[in-house]
Amino acid sequence: MASALINAPPRAKRGEIIEIKTLISHPMETGYRRTQLGALVPRDIIRLFVCTYNGTEVFRAELHPAIAANPFIVFSTVATESGTLAFQWTGDRGFSETESVAITVD
Amino acid sequence: MSRNTSRREFLLTAGGAAAGIGLASVIAVEPARATPATMQEAIRKVVGPARVNPGRVKLELPPLVENGNTVPLTVKVESPMTAADHVKALHLFNEKNPQPDVASFRFGPRAGRASVSTRIRLADTQTVIAVCELSDGSFWSASVNVVVTLAACLEDA
Repeated sequence: MASALINAPPRAKRGEIIEIKTLISHPMETGYRRTQLGALVPRDIIRLFVCTYNGTEVFRAELHPAIAANPFIVFSTVATESGTLAFQWTGDRGFSETESVAITVD
Repeated sequence: MSRNTSRREFLLTAGGAAAGIGLASVIAVEPARATPATMQEAIRKVVGPARVNPGRVKLELPPLVENGNTVPLTVKVESPMTAADHVKALHLFNEKNPQPDVASFRFGPRAGRASVSTRIRLADTQTVIAVCELSDGSFWSASVNVVVTLAACLEDA
């Protein structure tokens, strides 16, 4: 159901700082809203986002209900070697989504 | 003690009971919203006993927000990002959402640049604070006051 979009440069020079943009579709239900009948809508958010570069963690974000729906996160990393950038989102109700992109460093 | 309660005693007890009820209702209502005090508490929990200095962090937020459901935000810290001197974490806090925490971002020297952009929710006109933790253990912060026209979080689903 959920789908993720990654925008990262496919090629980079060694040592260059690259910017990575990530977007994932998710309602990020805060757990503070009520239905019109007054029942509390249970919380359903993404709690953790991790980016690994060839298996090494380079960035991590711990999210709370104050993050807008469809979490959009932009961060950077140093292009050290060719390989894969892997992204993982985990959250409430067993939510887990992974995505990866290849990068060539020359 | 006389068997008849005097008027003064009665009023004292009644007043005390009323005050007690008032206090109880205030306490019951409070968790609906974070306050500057709960934000300070949340910051303390992250920072510990360390001192938080103003400066070094650059927090970019529009000063006037029409829709509190998606507020674009960028946090930056000037840092060489080497193994010896880098930004370990960036934490975001707010005053008046139901919960004071917004997000925590963790970096390593491989992040290259201590800069993050995201979109947040704001329930009211309030101050947003960014606190950064450097690898030498010092903490720096910046705050921005944001005016919100349409509040997030509180509408019906």
